[in-house]
Amino acid sequence: MIAFFIKRLAQAVLVMFVISLISFSIQDNLGDPLQEMVGQSVSEAERQALRDELGLNDPFLVQYGRFVKNALQGDLGTSYFFKEPALEVILNKLPATLELVFGASLIIIGLSVPLGVYSAINPHSWFSKVVMGISIVGISVPVFLTAIGLIYFFSIEMGLMPSYGRGDTVEVLGLETSLLTADGWSHLVLPAVSLASIMLPLFIRLIRAEMMEVLQSEYVKFAWAKGLMTRRIYFLHALKNTMLPVITVGGVQIGTMVAYTILTETVFQWPGMGFLFLEAVNRVDTPLIVAYLIVVGAIFVITNTIVDLIYGLVNPTVKLAGKK
Amino acid sequence: MKKNVSLLASAVISLGLVASANAATLKMAYDADPVSLDPHEQLSGGTLQLSHMTFDPLVRWDKKLGFEPRLAEKWERVDPLTMRFHLRKGVKFHSGNDFTAKDVVFTFDRLRNSPDFKGIFAPFSELKVVDDYTIDLKTEKPFPLVLNNVTYLFPMDSKFYSGNDANGEPKDKLVKHGNSFASRQLSGTGPFTVSYREQGVRVEFSRYGNYWDEKSPGNVDKIVLTPIKEAPTRVAALLAGDVDFIAPVPPTDHKRIAQKDGIDLITMGGTRIITFQMNQERVEAFKDARVRQAIAYAINQQGIVKKIMKGFATPAAQMSPWGYLGHNEALKPRYDLKKAKQLMKEAGYENGFSITMMAPNNRYVNDEKIAQAVASMLAKIGIKVDLKTLPKAQYWGEFDARAADMMMIGWHADTEDSNNFFEFLTACPDTETGLGQYNSGNYCNPEADKLMHQANSETSPKKRAAMMQQIETMLYNDAAFIPLHWQNLAWAAKSNVKAEPVLNVMDFPYLGDLVVED
Repeated sequence: MIAFFIKRLAQAVLVMFVISLISFSIQDNLGDPLQEMVGQSVSEAERQALRDELGLNDPFLVQYGRFVKNALQGDLGTSYFFKEPALEVILNKLPATLELVFGASLIIIGLSVPLGVYSAINPHSWFSKVVMGISIVGISVPVFLTAIGLIYFFSIEMGLMPSYGRGDTVEVLGLETSLLTADGWSHLVLPAVSLASIMLPLFIRLIRAEMMEVLQSEYVKFAWAKGLMTRRIYFLHALKNTMLPVITVGGVQIGTMVAYTILTETVFQWPGMGFLFLEAVNRVDTPLIVAYLIVVGAIFVITNTIVDLIYGLVNPTVKLAGKK
Repeated sequence: MKKNVSLLASAVISLGLVASANAATLKMAYDADPVSLDPHEQLSGGTLQLSHMTFDPLVRWDKKLGFEPRLAEKWERVDPLTMRFHLRKGVKFHSGNDFTAKDVVFTFDRLRNSPDFKGIFAPFSELKVVDDYTIDLKTEKPFPLVLNNVTYLFPMDSKFYSGNDANGEPKDKLVKHGNSFASRQLSGTGPFTVSYREQGVRVEFSRYGNYWDEKSPGNVDKIVLTPIKEAPTRVAALLAGDVDFIAPVPPTDHKRIAQKDGIDLITMGGTRIITFQMNQERVEAFKDARVRQAIAYAINQQGIVKKIMKGFATPAAQMSPWGYLGHNEALKPRYDLKKAKQLMKEAGYENGFSITMMAPNNRYVNDEKIAQAVASMLAKIGIKVDLKTLPKAQYWGEFDARAADMMMIGWHADTEDSNNFFEFLTACPDTETGLGQYNSGNYCNPEADKLMHQANSETSPKKRAAMMQQIETMLYNDAAFIPLHWQNLAWAAKSNVKAEPVLNVMDFPYLGDLVVED
């Protein structure tokens, strides 16, 4: 177990090193940070002086060396726009993004399992056909459009939900969360639904397909022959084996979901780190861009590690490296 | 003593009146929030909007581009090189300090060290204190734009910004990137103080109880400013009733908002000109005035405004918008395809030629579509265009490198004066003086430059107007660049928010004077 974690940690460090190198080398193509910092009429000489001050005129290796040296001490640079350490800025926005991902995950888990199982068991019922039809639509409509549609219908026409932003927050253990206020939940519903809309159809279809396959397998047929209770066959024997691939895909998709928060958060003006990233790109806030990519890299590594651990629990035949 | 008591009583009564004048909260959404609380860190629309809320300038623009006294009660020209300002008495900063000439000097010196603002204050040689409430602003040569430029002088609280902060740095230090005292705290004389700020998420303003301007009709005692970057979301927030006031409003939503009951759309002709420049150093043909004229004749400004801007712009044939001294009524857009083809023939380019073009795709309203339209209009006179559009973050680097034969640029004159256009966009490029810094066409007309310099030291508005209008005519005849249109401005508000009186073409709403009805 310890060996597994050490190996993972080494992988994580390597991944982040590669990310930092890549993001650092593309930053010249992102544009000139000075453009966003000074007014249009500022002279070229003034601009050069500022570039020198920021160290932007140094050769690539000098800049990267400086970055790595600071990064090893936990300093990923200072955001040009927020004027605060980039890592701090991102971690301050992380709770909002996690809330959104949490809300979307609740919807996905709460709906995909029953719907997927139902349509696997009753593939010919009209309800299954409707679910499959809607999921096709859901998978093909871009998040952006879903979000605008939801705002238009529920906020403007019906006036039921707030149209943008995060609701009231309360502080719990030093973290600001909106999950404990009614206002917070009402603000969360639409963004969570639009974020879920892209993943939900995928999971319904995945669970359905896996479940149908499992239901054809020998041991399920044997269970029927043995005369086990229907519920026991479906939900204990069949579903448990269905979940293995679902967990694998789910682990990977959590990372993808973090990526999709960029779109959802932008449309809903949700003050999370996805929105922050898009803004940083527009403002050419390079330290923030690099820090964001590294943090997201870390999230990927962490979720995959957790998935591997869960995998071991669900399927005893899976052995983690180093686990004797 | 009795007098004091009655003063106190009247103060109490007036306080009561203020409270009963249905103090209102305004929730507004802009596309961005202020970068910093330091009014000298960046010369941008956002900074100036903040300055007008939390500070007061010596004088400010009124709706007709005239001047309105603020912290300067009156002013007079003492001699051709000196303008005397009489400052308002009894004005208090948010910190409680008294406003005096010392604060003006402090601010003036700080502005002269700000990379962004020093250009505006460069013509001034000295600010002399006559007494606590009188100052003399001196220039080295007669300067016509003294008042224009002091609209940028928002006195800061010199006592508040003196000394060192917790990190041992001077409180008045101007830092462009990074933390500083002045970027987080402010003390001005303005109608509002900043009561809460989470950058990029929300800024809250509270009305300053001791605001000097008691005649102001404004009754907003709290403002919540939320930046909403996405235009559809911003519009939706207004339509859903979550906010009271939004800007800017995208042209595509104007109809919808105008038709909606209880919501008003307010539009105004703007002052930002959108142009294309033709690089004479890269393309030999552009040196020929006939070719440039042919292009000018081939572009249908009205068509672009109607089809692409949905009528939300004013077709232009010059840079100076209406209201500027240099605006020349006689210059009209000259779309005439036949004439354009004939000029190409005369210049020996009957079969046309190929050029490259670059434009930003997220800087100006519909910039990418406009560039595409111009490219297809040029195709009609045989000029094949290879168009590339880029996000603004990358575009300006390319612009500085003069990377294409035709490049788009929009400009707003910081001084609200025509000469500012000439200095940056059409003057002969000179790296020494910084003139023509954004003249990617390398157009150079010494005669026009000479007039421009003369206009800079001519203090009679009438004579200046004649000079600058003449420059516009010269540039028009020469087809020095291709003017397209002035972008209009649009705001939208709930009908009980009486926004129209406080809005202006500079897009600095004077929110201190805003009235919100029940």
